[in-house]
Amino acid sequence: MSAFWRVVWIVARKDLAIEARSRELLNTTIFFALSCVIVFSVSFVGEGGDGRALGDAAAGILWVAIAFSGTLALGRTFERERYGDTLRALLLAPGARAAVYVGKLVGIVALLVATEAVIVPLVALLFQARLGDHLLLISALLLFGTVGFATVGTLFAAMLARARSRDVLLPILLYPVTIPVMIAGVRGTAALLAAEPQLDMARLWVMMLLAFDVVFVTLSLWTFEALMTE
Amino acid sequence: MRKAVVPLLAAAGFIFMTAPIVIARARYESTMGLVQKIFYFHMPPAMLMLLSAIFCGIVSAIFLINRRPIYDWIAFAAAELTVLYGAMAMVTGPLWARKAWGVWWVWDARLTMSLLMWMVFVSYLLLRRYGGPGSETLAAGLALFGMATAPFVYLSVNIWRTIHPLTSVVPTLPVDFAFALWYSFAGFLLMYIALMMLRMTIERQRTMLDYLYLESEE
Repeated sequence: MSAFWRVVWIVARKDLAIEARSRELLNTTIFFALSCVIVFSVSFVGEGGDGRALGDAAAGILWVAIAFSGTLALGRTFERERYGDTLRALLLAPGARAAVYVGKLVGIVALLVATEAVIVPLVALLFQARLGDHLLLISALLLFGTVGFATVGTLFAAMLARARSRDVLLPILLYPVTIPVMIAGVRGTAALLAAEPQLDMARLWVMMLLAFDVVFVTLSLWTFEALMTE
Repeated sequence: MRKAVVPLLAAAGFIFMTAPIVIARARYESTMGLVQKIFYFHMPPAMLMLLSAIFCGIVSAIFLINRRPIYDWIAFAAAELTVLYGAMAMVTGPLWARKAWGVWWVWDARLTMSLLMWMVFVSYLLLRRYGGPGSETLAAGLALFGMATAPFVYLSVNIWRTIHPLTSVVPTLPVDFAFALWYSFAGFLLMYIALMMLRMTIERQRTMLDYLYLESEE
């Protein structure tokens, strides 16, 4: 087991080291997420109001920005491997294939969490959404939601790395499968942002996200090996 | 196998020709009236879409394990039929909803999950069409995720309180309702099997053609 986690750590550290030096993904992802938020603010904030988003839109804006920028980041991480012709080397590395997958996943989750650290306060500020009131629950929603999204995303991005028209296929494949995660995330966040926060509801959605995560992680670990064999 | 297709299609055709008579003679549902008759053409394709998705997932898993092309042909055919039957369910559903609920579509748990599942299998077909070489393996992985949504589709009406009828309605139907329902279900099922066989034949011939082509090149 320790050998497994060592491979996970090496792959994740490799990605994080590249990222720490170039900051390519971090900069572009955060800026793209910001652009998404601006685009939505035009559509979902009523004119002459108090700057609050209509209905539950603040929760929706947050999660759509995460999903869109996450898709972009997913495509890029594997594009980088393909460009440097290192994907095969990565797969040939001694150690379990699943460990390589988990390492990649850790790197992407870390990147998305960093993006969320910027985008969540920004949404709270721009739409006067009280995202800081139930910090534990909102963090749980964001973390489990991100893991669920990234689990499927990493698998699909990895398997599409060698496919034709991968840029357009990634969101096409990814969104229908991960929309249940988005629904749970948006509904849970909306329950917390309501005038009277519904904590029980939010806890229920956290549990739901956890259930999705378990299903997705199990399926991904099982299929990664089979899908990445040539 | 091809010989079985004609009698299967003939039987399905006979059922579809006589189904309107059986449905017309089934008991008149008191609260919804005539629109309830859509049920006999809505529930069978919807249920077959769900079963077909599960079937596609299982066959894809087998394909990923032993890599025999026949399982890939079956999975491909099952995915196409999932999309076809899903389209039927999604045409008949709104027609019924318009009369029963007053709207064409509501964002209710079951409707949303069914639409998502249908979209997963549409994306499966897109992947196979535009993914280039090796896409059959990738599509098999996607089918597994499509199958994972199936329990949510089935259970969604029972877990979340929605306006869609519960799944427990079906076993409790009065006899004449049930007969008309299973009669049209048999028609849809026979058509499913026949189309599956035809689709597999096409896929097998395509593979043979590729093989012969490669051989003549050498």
